[in-house]
Amino acid sequence: MERPNWAPGDIDLERPSVARVYDYWLGGAHNFAADRAVAQQTLETMPELRGVVLNHRAFLRRAVRYLLGHGVRQFLDLGSGIPTVGNVHEIAQAADPQARVVYVDIDPVAVAHSRSLLAGNGQVSVLHADIRDWAGVLASDEVDKQLDFDEPVAVLMIALLHFVPDEEDPWGIVGGYRDRLSPGGFLAISHAGYEADEETEASRQARKIYDRDVTRMRFRDPAEISRLFDGFALVEPGVVRVPAWRPESPADVEESGKRFPGFGAIGRKA
Amino acid sequence: MTDRVDQRVREDRSPLSPAVLAGAEAFARSWATAVIGSSYVPMTRAEVAQHLQDLTETLVEALFATPFRTAPGYEIGSRLVDAHFTGTDTLGRTIQLLGDDLPAELGFPGDARLTSRLSALQGALAAGYARALRERTLAEQEAIRAAVLDARDQAESMLRASEARFRAMFTEAAIGIGIAAIDGRILDVNQALQDMLGFSVEEMRQYNVRDLMHPEDAGSVWRLYDQLIAGECDHYRAEKRFHRADGEQVWTHLTLSLVRDDHGEPQYQVAMIEDVTDRHLLQNRLRYQALHDPLTGLPNRALFLERLGRVFNNRAKHVRAGLCYLDLDGFKVINDSLGHDTGDQLLVEVGRRLDHSVSGEGKLVARMGGDEFVILVEGSSGEQDIVDVADRVLTELEAPIRIAGHELSVSASIGIVERQLSGTTSADLMRDADITLYWAKADGKARWALYDPERNAREVARFTLSATMPRALERGEFYVEYQPLVRLEDSTVTGVEALVRWQHPEFGRLAPDRFIELAEETGLIVPLGRWVLRKACQEARRWLVEFGDAAPFVSVNLAVRQSRDPELVRDVKQILDECALPPHHLQLELTESAIMGTADEPLEALRALCDMGVRIAIDDFGTGYSNLAYLKHLPVHELKIAGSFMEGLRAENEEDPVDAQIVATLVQLAHALSLGVTAEGVETPAQAARLLRLGCDTGQGWFFARPGPPENIDSLLRGDL
Repeated sequence: MERPNWAPGDIDLERPSVARVYDYWLGGAHNFAADRAVAQQTLETMPELRGVVLNHRAFLRRAVRYLLGHGVRQFLDLGSGIPTVGNVHEIAQAADPQARVVYVDIDPVAVAHSRSLLAGNGQVSVLHADIRDWAGVLASDEVDKQLDFDEPVAVLMIALLHFVPDEEDPWGIVGGYRDRLSPGGFLAISHAGYEADEETEASRQARKIYDRDVTRMRFRDPAEISRLFDGFALVEPGVVRVPAWRPESPADVEESGKRFPGFGAIGRKA
Repeated sequence: MTDRVDQRVREDRSPLSPAVLAGAEAFARSWATAVIGSSYVPMTRAEVAQHLQDLTETLVEALFATPFRTAPGYEIGSRLVDAHFTGTDTLGRTIQLLGDDLPAELGFPGDARLTSRLSALQGALAAGYARALRERTLAEQEAIRAAVLDARDQAESMLRASEARFRAMFTEAAIGIGIAAIDGRILDVNQALQDMLGFSVEEMRQYNVRDLMHPEDAGSVWRLYDQLIAGECDHYRAEKRFHRADGEQVWTHLTLSLVRDDHGEPQYQVAMIEDVTDRHLLQNRLRYQALHDPLTGLPNRALFLERLGRVFNNRAKHVRAGLCYLDLDGFKVINDSLGHDTGDQLLVEVGRRLDHSVSGEGKLVARMGGDEFVILVEGSSGEQDIVDVADRVLTELEAPIRIAGHELSVSASIGIVERQLSGTTSADLMRDADITLYWAKADGKARWALYDPERNAREVARFTLSATMPRALERGEFYVEYQPLVRLEDSTVTGVEALVRWQHPEFGRLAPDRFIELAEETGLIVPLGRWVLRKACQEARRWLVEFGDAAPFVSVNLAVRQSRDPELVRDVKQILDECALPPHHLQLELTESAIMGTADEPLEALRALCDMGVRIAIDDFGTGYSNLAYLKHLPVHELKIAGSFMEGLRAENEEDPVDAQIVATLVQLAHALSLGVTAEGVETPAQAARLLRLGCDTGQGWFFARPGPPENIDSLLRGDL
C-alpha cells in the first residue's frame, strides 16, 4: 500500500470505481455518471460483458450454496464491492441465520454503503482494507470478531484477482490467507481469463478501455489460476469456465458458450 | 416482502382450469427465456421460471376476473423490479411477449375482450414496473450518495484524527520543529524549539529565518539554504549555532526540508533542530585533549601536522612559511641524573618560554614529543624572519631554570627551514627541518642551522654513494690506476702506487677522496682494500714475470680501519702467496695517524708484515703530529713527504726557503733513521731538480706521470716514452 492507512484517500466521484461499474452491469443504480459512462462504453465494445459479469455473480451464488452444503458457516468475502443484490450474507443467512460474513473492500464508498445496509446485522462486518495486505486483513478487529478459524472458513475471491498484477504476487497473497485457514477451510475463486491465444479483438478493446479508465486487468489461463490453489484440493469439476462450474441448469452452460472469458473453482484445504 | 406475495399467489391459484394453467406454464417458460440475462437476479433458472409462472398465474386470473381490475398488473410490474428484473430490456420484452404469445398460449387468440383486458393489464404492469424501478433507482441513488457522505465523513474524521496526531507530534516532540514560509517568515515553532532558543512563538513569528544567521555559520549552511528555497534541493543537514534569547549559544544539528505543493512548487520549509550543545562541548574537550600535549599544554604533533597541512591546502601562490625544529641539548643527561620529574618540569618551563617568545598571529608552538619542539611561522617574508625567531628562542633559553633547588642551564639546537610553499610539501618541510636540526647538533649544538640545499645535496650524494658501494664492488665498478715512483738519481721507475677509482654509473669517474672516507665509515673499506691489494699484487706479479729485475714494486694504501683489521696479516700473506709475489715487491702505505695514534695490536701486525718482507711507508708525512722519538722504533722503510711541501719548490727561479728547509730537514731525518724518502706532488722539473739536490730519493707526481692504466707502466718500463 502506498499510503499509510491513517491517511485517507480522496473520494472522487469523477473517477470511476470498480465496485460501482460492476453494480451498473448487474442492473443496480448505486453508481454515478462517470461509472455509467465507462460501463456503457465498455458494453458497446463488448456487449457480452454484461453476461460475463452476471455469470461471475451467479458463480458466487452457486459457490456459497455449495459451501453451505458442505457445512461452511463462515465467509470472508474479499473485494465484496457494492452490495447490489444476492449478497453472500443473504444467501448464507437464508440457509442458516447464524452464518457469519466479513466483507472486505478497498472502495470507501462501497464500504460505507455496505455498513449502512448491514447496520443491525450482528453476524456481518465490513472491513475497509486492501485485500493485498492479507496480514492486516487477518489481524483486523472485524475478522477477529466474526470468524473462528478453528471452524471451517471460506475465503471468497470472486472476480477479484484479475486486478492484481503478477508483480504484486497474487499467489503470495492467496498463500497468506491459505495459511490462516484450518484444514477443511475453502477457497473460492472466479477469475477473468482465456486459454492461450483465445482472446478476441473485441474483448481486447474492452479490456483496454477498462485498463485505461478504471483499473488494470491481468487475464490468466487455467494453469496460472490452478496455481492459486496451491495447498488446496480442488473440488469437482476443478478449474473450469465460470458458467460450467456446477451449473444449475444445462441451459446456463449452453447460453454462455464454451468460450466464456473466465474460470472458476473451489478448493478445500488439505 | 417477496415471500409474502408469493404465498398469497399460491393460495389463489385454484380457480384456474388445468388447460389454462398449462398455457400459463408454457408462457412463463418463454418469459423466463426472454428476460434471463437482462439483469442479475439472484435465483436459479428454475427459481426464475417458478417466480415468473406465479406472476403469469396472477395475470391470467386478473384477465378472467370479475369484476375486471388492473391492479394485479400494476403489482406484477412492481414485483418484477423487486426481484431485480431491472435490466433495460426486461420491460420491453415482457410487454411484447404478453401481447404476442399469451392469448395463443391460453387458447384464446383473437378474443377481442381478452385483448382489451390484456392491453389494460400490460399498461398497468408497465406503470407498476416504472413506478417501482423509479423508486428503486431513487432509493439506490440515495443509498449510494449517503454512502459517499458516510465515506467522506469517515475519511474526514480519520483526517482530523491524523491531524490531531500530527499536531500532538509537533507539539510534544522532543526535537525542535519550526515551519516557515518560502520567503523565510517563521510561521510556527513547537515547544521544544521555543525552549531551546528561549523565544516564545509570538517572538519567533517576528523573525525571518535569515535573522537566525550566526557569524560562525559555515558558508555552506546558507548556500544550501538558498538552493533549498530555490527548489534545487529537497533537504540538507548542517551543524549550526543559534543565539539564545539570554545571549548564550546553542549548538544544533539542523535538518531543513522543503515542502512542495501538488504542482511541485516550493511551499514551506520545515526545520528539525536538535540541541547538541552538550555533545559539542564534550567533543570540543575531547578534541582539545586529542590535539594538545597534556604536560606542557602546547599543541601536540597531531595538531601541528593538521595546521601544517591546512597551511599547504590554503596556500596562495607566493605565500611562504618557516619552521624551527628545536631539540634540547643534553636533555637525556638531565633526565637520567635528576629524574624524570625534573625533566618534565624542565620541559614545562621550556614550553612556557617558547610560547612566550613566539606568541602571535600565524605562529604555532607545538611539542612533537620528548624534548622536541617545533615552531611554525605562517606568512614569513624570508629566512631572516625565522632566524629572528630562533635567536629569540635561544636567548630566552639562556637564563637558568630553577627546578627543585637546581639551577639548570639548558641550550637547544634548532633546524630552520623557510621557503615559498608552492613547489614543496609539508613532508619536505618537515624532513628538511629535521635534517637541519641534525646539522645544528653536528655543528656543535646550542645554535641554529639554516637549511642549505647544496649541503643537503652533498649529503644525499654521500648517502647514495655509501648505499651503492657494496653492489658497486660486486659489479666491478672499481678499478685501479698506477702512478710511477721514480728514483730521482737516474729516473728509474722503482715502484708504482696503486690508486683505486670508481666508475660510478651516475656520477662518473670518482677519485678516492669521494668515497674512501665513506667506505671507512661503513666498513666496506676492508673488502674494498683487499680487492685493491689483490689487483695490485696481480699486476706486480705480471710485471715481475715480464720485466724481471726491472719490475717495480707496488705501493698500496692501507686505510686506518684496514690497519686494525685482525685478518690483515693473513690476508696479505694469502694474496702474496696466491700471486706468487715476493713480499719485497709490495709496499703498504699508512698515514701518520694510522701508525702513531694506535695501540699495540696494529703495530704488531706491521711488525709481522715487516718481518715477512713487506715494505711499510708512512704516507703524507709531515701533515700529522708524528712522535719522532717513536718513529725510530717503528717497522717503517719509507717516508712519503706530503705534496703540500712541494709548493714552495715549484717555481723555476726562486724557492720558498721555509718549504725548502722543511723538506731538507725531513730528508735528513729519514736518512738519519735509515729510511727512504719519497716526495709526492712533483709537478715541475724545478721541483725534481731541487729534490734531487736536497737528497730526496724518490719522486712521484705529474712531472713524471699521471696515474693511469697498468699498460702505461708497461710502456714506461719498456722505455717507450
